[in-house]
Amino acid sequence: MSPLSGYLLLSALLFSLGLSGALTRRNAILVLIGIELMLNAANLNFIAFWRYGPHPEMLTGVMFVIFSIGIAAAEAAVGLSIIVAAYRHFRTTDLDKINFLKG
Amino acid sequence: MTLSFLLLAAIAILGAAAAMNLKSAVHCVLALTLGMVGLAALYLQLGAQFVGLTQLLVYVGAVAILAVFAIMLTRSRTGETVAHGSASSRISGALTALLVFAVLAWAIFTGVSPQPLSGAQPEASVREVGVALMQRFVLPLEIIGVLLTAALVGAGVLAIEEKGGDR
Repeated sequence: MSPLSGYLLLSALLFSLGLSGALTRRNAILVLIGIELMLNAANLNFIAFWRYGPHPEMLTGVMFVIFSIGIAAAEAAVGLSIIVAAYRHFRTTDLDKINFLKG
Repeated sequence: MTLSFLLLAAIAILGAAAAMNLKSAVHCVLALTLGMVGLAALYLQLGAQFVGLTQLLVYVGAVAILAVFAIMLTRSRTGETVAHGSASSRISGALTALLVFAVLAWAIFTGVSPQPLSGAQPEASVREVGVALMQRFVLPLEIIGVLLTAALVGAGVLAIEEKGGDR
């Protein structure tokens, strides 16, 4: 097994863990955490391919991950504030009980 | 497949698995932080210094604290524990994730690289990344700055308590 497949396998495992969390947890914050985990698994793939792929001096993989982390930070901030706003309305963060959009 | 990779991968997987399985939401966030530390160390080990340090700052520093704050703000007064869903939804979710992992692992093991893998450690010092950010990638950098400002304002507007709202 090449070193690259080790990283890819780790990334696939992290992605599946995040997916299982996002699908099975019922707390909205933990679902968001699962999504963050999936995003980070994708970032690990970018860095691994940059490290072992051709032309690493172009820094494309590194740049993609830096912008991806920036967007993930914006996503986390907006997502958590939406959850706080929804909690203020429904008095819960249980996704089974938040079942309509109308305020 | 070095020892350091195995060790860091074990830390990342342990943190991620604990984050998805622990009962208390705060414990989940702390476990996620451990997983993110493992990932940041993996980035450093792969030679991406700037990304590793950014990962530490953004995830271990900012996102974890933000998530803990959100949990504290939304904790219900009755003190109910953060439960999983019903048994059927748990099983189907875990099965879906397992299936996705099986497909990905199959693709990894049967896929062939069109180009030979480079063995040399590429050079990506913080200085080089900074120069690239200021030259080739200056437009995306500006756009992400605007995006982050908009997200900051938007998050603040969303979280502001509505005056006269009926809850």
